[in-house]
Amino acid sequence: MTLLEAAESAIQLAIERGATGAECTIAEGDEFSATVRMGEVETLKEAGSRAAGLRVLIGQRQGSSYTSDLTADGLSRMVDAAIAIAEITESDPHAGLPAADELGKIEGDLLLASPDIASVEAGARIEAAKRAEAAALSADARIANSEGAGCETYTGTRVFANSLGFSGAYTSTTASLSVTPVAREGEAMERDYWHTVSRSWAGMEAPEEVGRIAAQRAVRRLGARKIETQKATVVFEPRVAKSILGHIFEAVSGDSIYRKSSFLLDQLERPVAAAAVTVIDDATLPGLFGTSPFDDEGVPTRRTAVIEKGVLKNYLLNTYTARKLGMKTTGCAARGLSGAPGVGHGTLYLEAGEWTPEQIFEKAGTGLYVTELIGFGVNTVTGDYSRGAAGLWIQDGKLGYAVAEITIAGNLKDMLHNIAYIGNDLEFRGSTCAPTIAITGMTISGK
Amino acid sequence: MTLSSSLFGEKFGLTERDLESFLAEALSKGGDYADLYFEYLATSSISLDESIIKSATQGVTLGVGVRVLSGERTGYAYSDDLSPDKIRKAARTAACIASGPATQLTAGLQPSEKRDLYSVPVLASDTPLAGRAQLVKRADAAARAHDSRIFQVQAAYADSVRHVLVATSDGRLSVDRQPMARLNVSVLAREGDGVPQRGYAGGGGRIGLDFFANENSPEAFAADAARQAIVQLHAVDAPAGEMTVVFGPGWPGILLHEAVGHGLEADFNRKGVSAFSGRLGQQVASPLCTVVDDGTIASRRGSLNVDDEGETTQQNVLIENGILRGYLTDKLSARLTQSKSTGSGRRESYQHYPMPRMTNTFMLAGESDPEEILKSVKNGLYCANFGGGQVDITSGNFVFSASESFLIEDGRLTAPVRGATLIGNGPEALKFVSMTGNDLKLDQGIGVCGKEGQSVPVGVGIPTIKIDKMTVGGTR
Repeated sequence: MTLLEAAESAIQLAIERGATGAECTIAEGDEFSATVRMGEVETLKEAGSRAAGLRVLIGQRQGSSYTSDLTADGLSRMVDAAIAIAEITESDPHAGLPAADELGKIEGDLLLASPDIASVEAGARIEAAKRAEAAALSADARIANSEGAGCETYTGTRVFANSLGFSGAYTSTTASLSVTPVAREGEAMERDYWHTVSRSWAGMEAPEEVGRIAAQRAVRRLGARKIETQKATVVFEPRVAKSILGHIFEAVSGDSIYRKSSFLLDQLERPVAAAAVTVIDDATLPGLFGTSPFDDEGVPTRRTAVIEKGVLKNYLLNTYTARKLGMKTTGCAARGLSGAPGVGHGTLYLEAGEWTPEQIFEKAGTGLYVTELIGFGVNTVTGDYSRGAAGLWIQDGKLGYAVAEITIAGNLKDMLHNIAYIGNDLEFRGSTCAPTIAITGMTISGK
Repeated sequence: MTLSSSLFGEKFGLTERDLESFLAEALSKGGDYADLYFEYLATSSISLDESIIKSATQGVTLGVGVRVLSGERTGYAYSDDLSPDKIRKAARTAACIASGPATQLTAGLQPSEKRDLYSVPVLASDTPLAGRAQLVKRADAAARAHDSRIFQVQAAYADSVRHVLVATSDGRLSVDRQPMARLNVSVLAREGDGVPQRGYAGGGGRIGLDFFANENSPEAFAADAARQAIVQLHAVDAPAGEMTVVFGPGWPGILLHEAVGHGLEADFNRKGVSAFSGRLGQQVASPLCTVVDDGTIASRRGSLNVDDEGETTQQNVLIENGILRGYLTDKLSARLTQSKSTGSGRRESYQHYPMPRMTNTFMLAGESDPEEILKSVKNGLYCANFGGGQVDITSGNFVFSASESFLIEDGRLTAPVRGATLIGNGPEALKFVSMTGNDLKLDQGIGVCGKEGQSVPVGVGIPTIKIDKMTVGGTR
């Protein structure tokens, strides 16, 4: 029985046993990973797994179940479990599958899977990790230790079918390499990391380059000072700027909107950010990490402008949240194997601006260049924002000494309007991406 | 529980001879040590939103992880199919970390000592679903009844039972049944056209449904969540800069988890990458501070009869009167540092290899009356509740987010304060503890700890304490 046949058989059983609608997701994955530390292999991991999830509707009630047992018996028990647990759920007027005419998939090769992943030899991952770590360790005398380097390849297949006749499957591959060197000066230690990720083995950046950048990042954090509490411009490097997009996503996701738990509630067609800000969600871009031919309800993916020239244009919706809001799904259903679908995004990115990072430092004059944010101090209901930060102090328009053990705070509503400069350095390194951005008027808390 | 009476004996027919032959396969290319971790996990969850039970899920996963240690190297493979040939295949894959003649198994498997830290006569998962569904309905009704300004309520109930079997090449055979249940309530309050504010409460542990009575009833959690949201309606902007901070008892113990706990995990220290590396015997906190990690407290979320390497859990003293006394070790780090495992080897599932982790981490009670602690502060911040935290173990810098806090003015709590992040440095922050209360409290059972992509349930606790200097990340 193929995975698609398994999904279809689970749906058929569910309908025979009283469901009025059903959808089944099956995920299968193979992972191979190697980690090295100080030049020696530390771990090798190799495994494959698969599991299925089912959602059934009985009228307007719904129940879900999942299993890692894909035998006929296992699937049958999964169906019984979903129907049994649907008994305790209550009628929800907006629950249901997408409309039949909303189903479909985008055609053409989305370049999600590369054949070179399957032919990577076991030793190649160890070799790549060793080269990256060696490059980091030799880059600077102050890099004396390492948390190690890791290289991983992953092949995953996702199968989805529903009782309206949709069925589809796609396979994607990922290769990634990362290294975390530790820099030391006297008693003080600082670590940082760098990584590369690609759909293909050949598409990764050279291990030496990954190691060199990681080392440079760790070393420049040495000698960090705690600065005075003050208001200042904060420049977010791309790796941390993308977290702001994560907060925007949470605020425009249909769940937050219908629950009135978003700082962007009731703002459609209103300015919510500086005029230079355009945020796009696009799950159709070939080879990128947020790309898929259909969403997790069988709806074709698409490009949606979230913010255009500072104006909020669209929320991101699945079928349920669209019905709650009297709108149409944007093909953003996302789910694991258990439960009802939630809202996700494709490749969500902030469009590049015109400035190089150096020009932004010059324009800022004085301020904080943030290279790391830690903690969870963001409230997307109110927009209150307060996170731990580390980075470099900008003086006379140039990067200066390292700073750490400080926080940056503000409110996202103001922060989006106060985006003063956007960098030209947008890179697609994951499913949320941003260039360098500068936000004026934030509070830095330190001494 | 014996192997033959366990789920793995009864349902999958596993015998000690099978286990020994799998271990022999794992050591067929040499290596110092091998273990098998069998896991069967059954979960149920029920969620309510807008007063409707909108979704409910149940499911089962099972599998086995095989690990081989050879010097500092780990080979790991897993299978979600428990047929003998698939387990042998995983064992042969993990074996590839070593390259030499087979290591002979010397010890026969001996069952570990019997222990029962979570004797739950009737598992929540064996009770009728309708009864469990009532918990979220009651929470919803109670939150809405608490105050007319509560306009959104989400309640979620989840339970699980995890059956594990650990067999090791040094002769240990452990079987355990690990129940867990939890109820959470999240609410939004609003006044007129004002900005909504969130409140959150919940609790649970390795317990049965009888836990959710009295002080842990759905009504009690709902009232607490509603109260927090209402308080926030009139909160003022948080202050910015260094100040005196008083932590309330219970969940604020997350301070210890972030400030010292992670930094004392032995893998980081073995590698010399923690801010606490090489500091055993040194002063890392004020003499008022004694911090322990204890996996043996009955019914707690972080407790385990045996850890995920089959070792008996224990109480480990991390800091004694301010002096750093010990690290948390798993078998690999114990072997490499010539010490004994502290029973701290944990993993998220059979798909993950174990590493040193915390269980329930707390500070022992001091002698001060909590009222006296407050009265001693002229100007400062009182933190009653927190969201999550995070730490950079190498620099030692840590943060956590205050979700319910108040200004202290002339020894009294005054205005409620909006959410803010607090930041400090691990080996330094606790040196500024100047008073510790006599009111040690453990949290209500909601903690999840993440490390290198693996999540495990944990507990924290702390008495009321005063820290003379800490940076508060507000805007004012």
